[in-house]
Amino acid sequence: MELTDQEITTSREETKKILPQYPGRRGDLIPILQKVQEKLGYVPAPAMEEVAAYLGITPMDVYSVVTFYNQFRLSPPGKRQINVCMGTACHMRGGNIILDSWKRRLKIDVGQVTPDREFSLERVACVGCCTMAPVTVIDGEVHPKVTPTRVDGLLFSFGMKIEKEGGKH
Amino acid sequence: MSKENQAVSAAYAGLQQKAALVRQSRHEKPLLLVGTATCGLAAGAAAVLKTIKEELARQKVEATVLEAGCMGHCYAEPLVIVYKPGFPPILYGYVTEGIASRLVIDFLAGDDPCLEFALGALEENEFLPALSDFPRFGVEQKIILENCGLIDPENIMDYIAHDGYAGLARALQLEPAAVVAEIKASGLRGRGGAGFPTGRKWETCLGTPADEKYVICNADEGDPGAFMDRTIMESNPHLVLEGLIIAARAVGADRGYVYVRAEYPLAVKRLALAVEQARQCGLLGENILGGGFGFEVEVFQGSGAFVCGEETALIASIEGEPGIPRHRPPFPAAAGLYGRPTVIDNVKTLSFIPSIINRGADWFKSTGTPGSPGTAVFALAGKLVNTGLTEVPMGTTLNQVVYDVGSGIPKGKKFKAVQIGGPSGGCLPESALDMPIDFDSLSGAGAMMGSGGMVVLDEDDCMVEIARFFLDFTQKESCGKCTMCRLGTRQMLDILEDITRGRGRPEDIDLLLSLAEDIKAGSLCGLGKTAPNPVLSTIRYFRDEYEAHINEKRCPSLMCQELIAFYILPEKCERSCDACVGSCPVEAIYNNADRIKVIDQQKCVKCNSCVDACPPQYRAVIKLSPPELVAEREKENK
Repeated sequence: MELTDQEITTSREETKKILPQYPGRRGDLIPILQKVQEKLGYVPAPAMEEVAAYLGITPMDVYSVVTFYNQFRLSPPGKRQINVCMGTACHMRGGNIILDSWKRRLKIDVGQVTPDREFSLERVACVGCCTMAPVTVIDGEVHPKVTPTRVDGLLFSFGMKIEKEGGKH
Repeated sequence: MSKENQAVSAAYAGLQQKAALVRQSRHEKPLLLVGTATCGLAAGAAAVLKTIKEELARQKVEATVLEAGCMGHCYAEPLVIVYKPGFPPILYGYVTEGIASRLVIDFLAGDDPCLEFALGALEENEFLPALSDFPRFGVEQKIILENCGLIDPENIMDYIAHDGYAGLARALQLEPAAVVAEIKASGLRGRGGAGFPTGRKWETCLGTPADEKYVICNADEGDPGAFMDRTIMESNPHLVLEGLIIAARAVGADRGYVYVRAEYPLAVKRLALAVEQARQCGLLGENILGGGFGFEVEVFQGSGAFVCGEETALIASIEGEPGIPRHRPPFPAAAGLYGRPTVIDNVKTLSFIPSIINRGADWFKSTGTPGSPGTAVFALAGKLVNTGLTEVPMGTTLNQVVYDVGSGIPKGKKFKAVQIGGPSGGCLPESALDMPIDFDSLSGAGAMMGSGGMVVLDEDDCMVEIARFFLDFTQKESCGKCTMCRLGTRQMLDILEDITRGRGRPEDIDLLLSLAEDIKAGSLCGLGKTAPNPVLSTIRYFRDEYEAHINEKRCPSLMCQELIAFYILPEKCERSCDACVGSCPVEAIYNNADRIKVIDQQKCVKCNSCVDACPPQYRAVIKLSPPELVAEREKENK
C-alpha cells in the first residue's frame, strides 16, 4: 500500500515525539515500536527509519524485528479491527466457520483491509476466553459465542449493508 | 534478631495493621464483588456492574461494589458475590442485568436473598448449600487460586489482609541460601511445562558470581486453549509479584521483568498497578521493608510470537532482537539476559513460592505425588458442562477432573479424548482416564503436562483435524532457525491437509511417523521437539480415524468440511417451519413443491447454522460423509 505524503510526515513526526521517552538502548526497541503502533495503528517504513537512527542500528534490524512479531502491522488498519480467535477451544466450536463468515461478508482475506478502510480482519492465536468460544474481538471488546448470524448482526450494527449471495429460488 | 530483621518485622506488621483496618471498614456495610476478569467481561460483567451501581443509587442503599477476578466457575459468568451482615456470603451465577437489579432491590434493600439465582454459599450455613458440598470441592485443592475472585486485584491492602507479602517478609529475614534450600527441599517443579526443579535453577543462579543478575516471570502464555496465567494475573497480580520478589531475594537479583503477552491487556494493566502499589508500600525499590535488599520490576509486553515462551527466545525479545532461541547450555541460570545469570519462572511456579516460604517445604510436599509435589492448575475448555479453571493435587486422575470438576460432557454426547498441553501435548483417549496426572505419567502416555490447558473432545470432534489444527499453529509459529522444524512441520501439515480433504494416500501415516522422529531429533528448542506430539498421539490412539479418511474418504466425526455434506431428512422436516431458511447466511435452503426444505449443495458453505436452527423436536438436518451419500439419498426419495 502506497503511503500518502501526509501519512509519511505524520508518521515521522509522531515517532520523533515518542523517541525521547526512552533512554535509547537496544532493549527499548520493542517497547518503542509498540508505542508507535499504539499511536499510528501501524509501523510504516519512515517510522522504522526514525527508530533505527535513534537507537543507532540499521533500519534493516528494525524491519527484522517488526516482521518477526505478529503484533506489528506494516500497513494502516481499518477503522474497526476485527480479530477472530483461532485458539483450540474456539476452533473446536467452529472458529474457522466464524472466520469464513467474516471473510465472506467483508470480502477480504485475513490480514487485509476493506478498500474503504472501514474494517480489517485478523486472526489471533488465543485470547484466553476459551469458555466463551468461539469469540471475536472487535476493537478490544470480546464478543462471546459468535455464530454466522451474529456476524451479520454485528455488521448491521456497524451500519454495513449486507448483500446476500444468490437470489430467490 | 538482627537489626534488619526487626525492621522488616515492624514494617510488615505496620502494613498488616493498615490492611486490617481497610478490611474491617469494608464489611461494615454490604459488599458486592463482581467478577471482571476477561471471561467475566466477555459474558457481560460490565453491564452487570453498571446496573448494580445504578440500582444502588436508585434504592439509596449503601454498599461497597468491587471488581474482583475469576473464581474459576467460568461456565456461570457473570458471577457476583454478595456479603450482607446476617447472611453467609452467597455466590450468584449467570447474572444478567435483570438479576443484578433484583439482587439490589430484593436482597440488599429487602431481606430476600434471591436463592433461586444462587450457585451456593461460600461457607457452611443453615440457609443454603455451600460450594463445599459440591462434588468438585472433594477433588479440588486451592493453593494458588485460593484468593482468586475473592479479593480486589487492584488493591494491595486486600492482598496483605489475606497474609499477602508475609512470605516476602520471611524471605527477607532469611539468608538467600536458606530461601533457595527451602524451595529445593519442597521439590517444586516448574509449571511452564517441562517440570524442571525450581530449586536447582535458583541454586545455579545463586552460585554464579556476576555484577548483575535478573529474574523474569514468564507470562507469555501462548498455548491456544490455556488461560490459567491470564486468570491468576488478572485476579491476584500481587501473588505473582511477591513470588518474583522472593526469587530475586533468593538469587540476589536487583532487576526483574514480567514478560506478558500483549493479547492480555487487562493482565498488563493490573500487573502495572500492582507494581506501582507495591512500590508505594515499600515492597519494591531500594531497601525493601527496611531489610537492606533492593529490587525493581518492569512489565514487558510480548509482541505475539509463540516461540518467545521458550526462555532463550524470551531473553532475545527483551534484548530487542527477534525471538529466536539459542543453544543451551549455557542455561539462562548461568548466562541469560545480557549474558548475566537469570532465573526465568512461569507465573504458576512463582505463585507457589510465597506459600512455600510461609508454610514450609514439608507442608507443600504433603500435597501431590512424591515426584510431582503440590497442585496442578488446569484451564478446562471444550466439550464440558462446567468449563473454567481448577486446581487439583498432582496425582488426581483425569477422570476426576473431567467428570467431578467438569461435570462431564454436555448434550449426552460421548467422551472421545482430552487434549492436554496444547501444541506440545497430545490427545489421550478414554482408556487413559484413570491415569494420575503428574509430569512423568503424562509424558509416558505421549502427552505433556504443558502449561495446563485441557480441552475435552467429544464424538463430534475429528482427531485428524485437531492434529492438523495444532500443526498449523506450530508451523506458523516456528521461528525458522532449524530446518527440520521450519520445513518438516510444513511437510507434515501438507500431508495432514491432504488427509482431511480426502486426498490422503495409504503410505502417508508411515511418512508422518518418520517425519515426526526427524523433526524431534533435528530441532533445537521445545517448540520443534514437541511439535509432532499431537500427530503422534492421535495416530497412536486413533489410527482408525486416519484410515477412514484415507481409505474411505470419510470423516467419522463428521467434521472435516470437504468430506461432509448437509442434508435435510424429508420425513422429519416440518412444512410449517422455516427456521433453517432464515438462519442460512448464503440462502442455500429453499422450499420444494411439498414445502419441504432442501439444501442447494452448490451454495452451501457448511456453516452448521441450519443444524443449530432446526428445532430439537424435528432434528431434520443431518451431516453425511462422504458427501456423495446426499445424491444417493436424494435418488431414494424421488
